[in-house]
Amino acid sequence: MIRIQKRKPIIDQHDKNYLYAGKFGGNFVPETLKKPIEDLTKLFNKLRKDKKFIRERDYYFKNYVGTPTSFIKLYNTSHQLGGAQIYAKVVSEANGGAHKIYNAIVHALICKHAGKKYIIGDTGAGYAGKMLSMAAKKFGLKCKIFMGTKDMARQKPNCDAIRVNGAEIIPVDSGSKTLVDAVSECMRYWVSNCDTTHMCVGSTVGPNIFVKICAWSTAQISRELIVQLKEEFGKIPKKLKLINCVGGGSSAIGFWNSFMDYNKKQVEFIGVEAGGPKNSKLHAAPLTNKSKIGILHGAAQYVVQDKEGQISETASISAGLDYPGVSPLHCFLKDAKRARYTAVSDEEALAAYQLIAKNEKIRPSLEPSHAFAVAIKLAPKLSEDTIIVVNSCGDAKKDELILTKRLGKDHD
Amino acid sequence: MINENITLAFENCKLEKRPALLTYIVAGDSNKKMTLDILKAISPYVDICEIGMPHNTSVADGKQIQNSSYRALKNGTKLNDVFEIVKNFKKIEPTKPKILMGYFNQILQYGPNKFLNKCKNIGVDGLIVVDLPFPENKEFADKCKKHHINFIQLLAPTTSTERMKQIIKHSHDMIYYISMLSTTGGKLKLTPKQIIKNYFKIKKINKDKNIVIGFGITEKTIQSLKQADGLVVGSQLCKGISNSLKTKRSPVKTLTNLVKLLKSKI
Ligand SMILES: Cc1ncc(COP(=O)(O)O)c(C=O)c1O
Repeated sequence: MIRIQKRKPIIDQHDKNYLYAGKFGGNFVPETLKKPIEDLTKLFNKLRKDKKFIRERDYYFKNYVGTPTSFIKLYNTSHQLGGAQIYAKVVSEANGGAHKIYNAIVHALICKHAGKKYIIGDTGAGYAGKMLSMAAKKFGLKCKIFMGTKDMARQKPNCDAIRVNGAEIIPVDSGSKTLVDAVSECMRYWVSNCDTTHMCVGSTVGPNIFVKICAWSTAQISRELIVQLKEEFGKIPKKLKLINCVGGGSSAIGFWNSFMDYNKKQVEFIGVEAGGPKNSKLHAAPLTNKSKIGILHGAAQYVVQDKEGQISETASISAGLDYPGVSPLHCFLKDAKRARYTAVSDEEALAAYQLIAKNEKIRPSLEPSHAFAVAIKLAPKLSEDTIIVVNSCGDAKKDELILTKRLGKDHD
Repeated sequence: MINENITLAFENCKLEKRPALLTYIVAGDSNKKMTLDILKAISPYVDICEIGMPHNTSVADGKQIQNSSYRALKNGTKLNDVFEIVKNFKKIEPTKPKILMGYFNQILQYGPNKFLNKCKNIGVDGLIVVDLPFPENKEFADKCKKHHINFIQLLAPTTSTERMKQIIKHSHDMIYYISMLSTTGGKLKLTPKQIIKNYFKIKKINKDKNIVIGFGITEKTIQSLKQADGLVVGSQLCKGISNSLKTKRSPVKTLTNLVKLLKSKI
């Protein structure tokens, strides 16, 4: 049986080949990247033990990202639905508008410590790219962002922000023209320029060290939440459900990180993947739809693929969740039965967005709207002493084009 | 000796005092028959044939090889087609070494044991798995050896000397040296002279291994690298196919001429 070890950071629970549960993750990379990955691993291992570095990180989290992001009760929605009490952790308040800022800041700091002047990154929804461009500007680094041309068209506001910050967008027109191709192209660029350039992977995917750095960075979310829960309830509630959307999985792992050791009967983790359009076979939900283990972007994981090991095309209204793979950490949590995963369709996510935007002061982007859809479905079936917290990790500003197209001009 | 065909090919070249010429094309580009026709036509000038198993998420390949792979996949090329090409080519050129090159997920999904049995049965002599580096590849490399298939280890400009020693120690007869920091098909970033200098540092670790140089080699640069045991040309051939298709010329003729030219330079 696969078990999560207590009192040991989840990111460190791998074997000598960097595999979780002996089968997820690892470093399936071209020989050229072995050395840069080893160097980065050594540097990160040193920095994460270095009190000065931690102070530096915390300084920027506090003064630049803005901590803590607020924790609010969704009174109207809870009242309307009945059953469990629904709360939101409004991570979209973080500077830039999403959780991607934590990873971006940490990578920029590491890049500085490595003595490199160039930084590259991938993006789907455009947030990872926007945040990296912000961090690059802040720390005086030259930045290139790789983005699929399909995503550039559907997430224009974030593209504009990337350019305003002085970063260059490299359009990726191959394959499905989405995040999966952007990550591939970014890795190719790194293969050719690893001597001068630091690579940031935008989620908890890729070779092991990138999974680690990203999860270590987003853990800030759960460190704040644990304090906020104790403030609100005096202790961690007896029945708590933490619901989070899962693309690559960086937001979800950051939301759950500090709660790992709680019994799952007390603190349940629910990950929500993108089910794609209602009447389509296409989806981006490898965990929910029992995809087989395969290798994508240097790591073994459940991945949407065909019998021949070709990565399949995916579909989702949400660019941030539109990725065929998923973090090895989530594969681990799934097989250890610590978290459970489900998917919701584009239509359900849109309906959830509308309900929340109408009822509350927040306007979640399409990614967290997937998580809200599950909260909305579950709440009426649960007791009033159940506390649901949804990570509202992005703001709908970036989705204006899609929302108008799908719901009309007066969509909320 | 793990694989006779590969070892003999290098020995023959040494007798002729020239490097081995290795070519790479993607199986099924742009269809099965064309690949076999190309292989047949170029093989008199080629010492070792590398055949790509097209993959759609190839993180180490540049544009030219990506284009070839997309064409092959678009035309429905499956692993069984790749095997069939090798099998038919083997009937015509029984001793010409045939090396398959691809990504580990393709092998993983097919089943590593089943894959190696198939390779052995149809006459594959060597395997290059781009994203299965040392030491993660130890188990698979040992399996290859048992099937008399050369698992070809890769060395890169970033590989430390200590690591090189380890890899070379665990390598089979043939090793692939990536000439520069690049995906396939990039422009040469170093002078051929620098590449050869680096190459001989590696050669010194073990003179008995056949070490070939690849990445960025074209008819313009091949001559100045000819002290190596072998030289691989891939992207330039893939580009040749792309250009021929665009201008409605015969890829078979274009590639034959290109390969003849390459051969004449060494
Ligand atoms: C707002 C938002 N939420 C979620 C995601 C999904 O990524 P992850 O699963 O890594 O949090 C993204 C990715 O771009 C995003 O922009």
